[in-house]
Amino acid sequence: MVEKNQRVSRGIIENQNMPRSWRKETKPHRFCPGCGHGIALKALGDVVDELGILDQVLYGCDIGCSLLSWDFFNFDSIQTHHGRTIPVIVGAKRARPEIVGIAYMGDGGGYAIGAQHLVNAATRGDRITAIVANNTLYAMTGGQMAPTTLPRQKTSTTPYGRDPLITGSPTLGPELVAAIASEGSYVARGTVGDYNKLKLFIKKALLNQMEGKGFSFVEVLSTCPTNWRTGAKETWGFLQGKMENYFKVGELQVSQGNRLGEEG
Amino acid sequence: MITESGGVKMAKETLAGEYQEILNNEKEMFMTGNEVVAWAALAAEADFMYGYPITPQNEIMYYWAKLAPAFGRGFLQTEDEISAGFTMLGGALVGKKTFSATAGPGNILMQESISMAEMMRLPGVWIIQQRGGPSTATVIYSQQEFRLTTTGGNGEGMRLVYSTSSHQELFESTIKAFNNAWKYRFPTFVLGDGYQAKMREPVVLFNPKLRNWEIIAAEPIAMKSGVPYLERDPVHLRNTFNIEEELYDILSGHLADFRRMKQEVVEWDEGGSEKADLLVVAHGIVGRAAISAVKTVNNQGLRVKYFRPITVRPFPGEALRKIVSEEPELKILVAESAYGQLLSVVKEELYGLANTIESYLKPGLGITAEEIEEILVRLGKKEG
Repeated sequence: MVEKNQRVSRGIIENQNMPRSWRKETKPHRFCPGCGHGIALKALGDVVDELGILDQVLYGCDIGCSLLSWDFFNFDSIQTHHGRTIPVIVGAKRARPEIVGIAYMGDGGGYAIGAQHLVNAATRGDRITAIVANNTLYAMTGGQMAPTTLPRQKTSTTPYGRDPLITGSPTLGPELVAAIASEGSYVARGTVGDYNKLKLFIKKALLNQMEGKGFSFVEVLSTCPTNWRTGAKETWGFLQGKMENYFKVGELQVSQGNRLGEEG
Repeated sequence: MITESGGVKMAKETLAGEYQEILNNEKEMFMTGNEVVAWAALAAEADFMYGYPITPQNEIMYYWAKLAPAFGRGFLQTEDEISAGFTMLGGALVGKKTFSATAGPGNILMQESISMAEMMRLPGVWIIQQRGGPSTATVIYSQQEFRLTTTGGNGEGMRLVYSTSSHQELFESTIKAFNNAWKYRFPTFVLGDGYQAKMREPVVLFNPKLRNWEIIAAEPIAMKSGVPYLERDPVHLRNTFNIEEELYDILSGHLADFRRMKQEVVEWDEGGSEKADLLVVAHGIVGRAAISAVKTVNNQGLRVKYFRPITVRPFPGEALRKIVSEEPELKILVAESAYGQLLSVVKEELYGLANTIESYLKPGLGITAEEIEEILVRLGKKEG
């Protein structure tokens, strides 16, 4: 008992602002100063605490900055290849439906290299929760263009700004998922600029999975001052100005055409 | 929610008993190789198949999709082979025996997940029904996926690969593959081909437990019981490392495990004349043709042996080297339906020995017993 209590006391994080499901031993975390991942993962940690599902969560993270969260929490996790987090979590969930499967990735993993997995998990109505952090570029590899890079935004592979005539327009992930996901799916876009709303969306996404209703998807508008090369003020300005202007925050209605259980 | 369909209910009520009886009574069946694989997976207590259609493995999915629901086991047709491989690993992670089947370009797409499995020691069984290559090529027959299956991926090829030559061996090796995949936790393969997949021949199906074969159970790697952190340590798996030395240490451990596994799993088949002038080395159904050819020429008085590796990775190199090193005059013939993929392994294993190595290489084409016979007669003729 003593040993167990010691472990419990070791697990309690003194700072009341930190979720209990956060792993104290791996804090401070490895993300850059000003990075939005910390806020997104705080919302996730708070929700796991509130739902009391520490022992039910299987958390998958991708390649790219999201992989830095591989030992971020006190629940079980697996870090996969770029874009492959959704299939790993789908496979686990199919094999053991009682698990609460969370696939966490960036916009490259969600909308480019792993787009086929997002599209098909959504249409199949896989009972998992996918969370995609959208920071408008590939951060870990050096700030290249992502599917979500805004028109005229400069990145290391669009040094003169993204030209939509050459590389198209930013991918609207939640809008895409809402158009194709099976009935019962949950789709929302939150932002690290509105913590309470983001937390609510993540909570609803996890509950939707736990109630067995369908695929659950949350895009999180996030910040990357390192690759944006911005100070604190400009970082927040880009997020709440340009990004939130282009990517509308809120819940999305799943298309009514995608009914389950209907004969073809 | 979608409820269980009438078909699945019927399968559980009626088919399950029928299928179990076939296994328990060791019934001799006349079936295709793909059907044999599905039965072997059932007998090995596989839980879940994740697959994507590609010829010539498709019927494995058809039969499994029919057999599995009767036993409460699962099947998911994924969006591609990349997904099939990674969903498999997700299932294995949480303690289920998972497998997939593929061929050719699908085998290439599977390599990504196989590399991750190799690094993270996630178990799984892959059935490879080889087809011609490169690229789309043909769908009937080939041995050109030998190299890809044994050493593909960005790593060291820490894999266990069975190459089978008959339906009986296909059934038994598939059961062994499941056992050894979960025992040693290296990616495990059954390397078949289009002929074996589609051909029908007699096979005795059996329940391995009734023959006292141990069936290794799958254990959860993550999501074990207990509240993580409070009752047990959380499981945090990764395949990314910050420094080369950290990776090197982990790989060194894996390589040591792989060398240990080799001693316990290598299998081969050898036979023919006791003293020989010639040794044929071939795997899979070319190995079967070679054995048939050796028997014929032995009856004609030619002194010929055969060596057929059953595990082509790890390769039974010591056994081969022992045969060859005992007879300095022994000439070797390597026959394969590929352009030197087995040959290069044989050369590596026999490095330093002075024996002559001949080869008969027909990439993507079948090799008959008669063809091998003809070469053996030509090579086996005494000089002068």
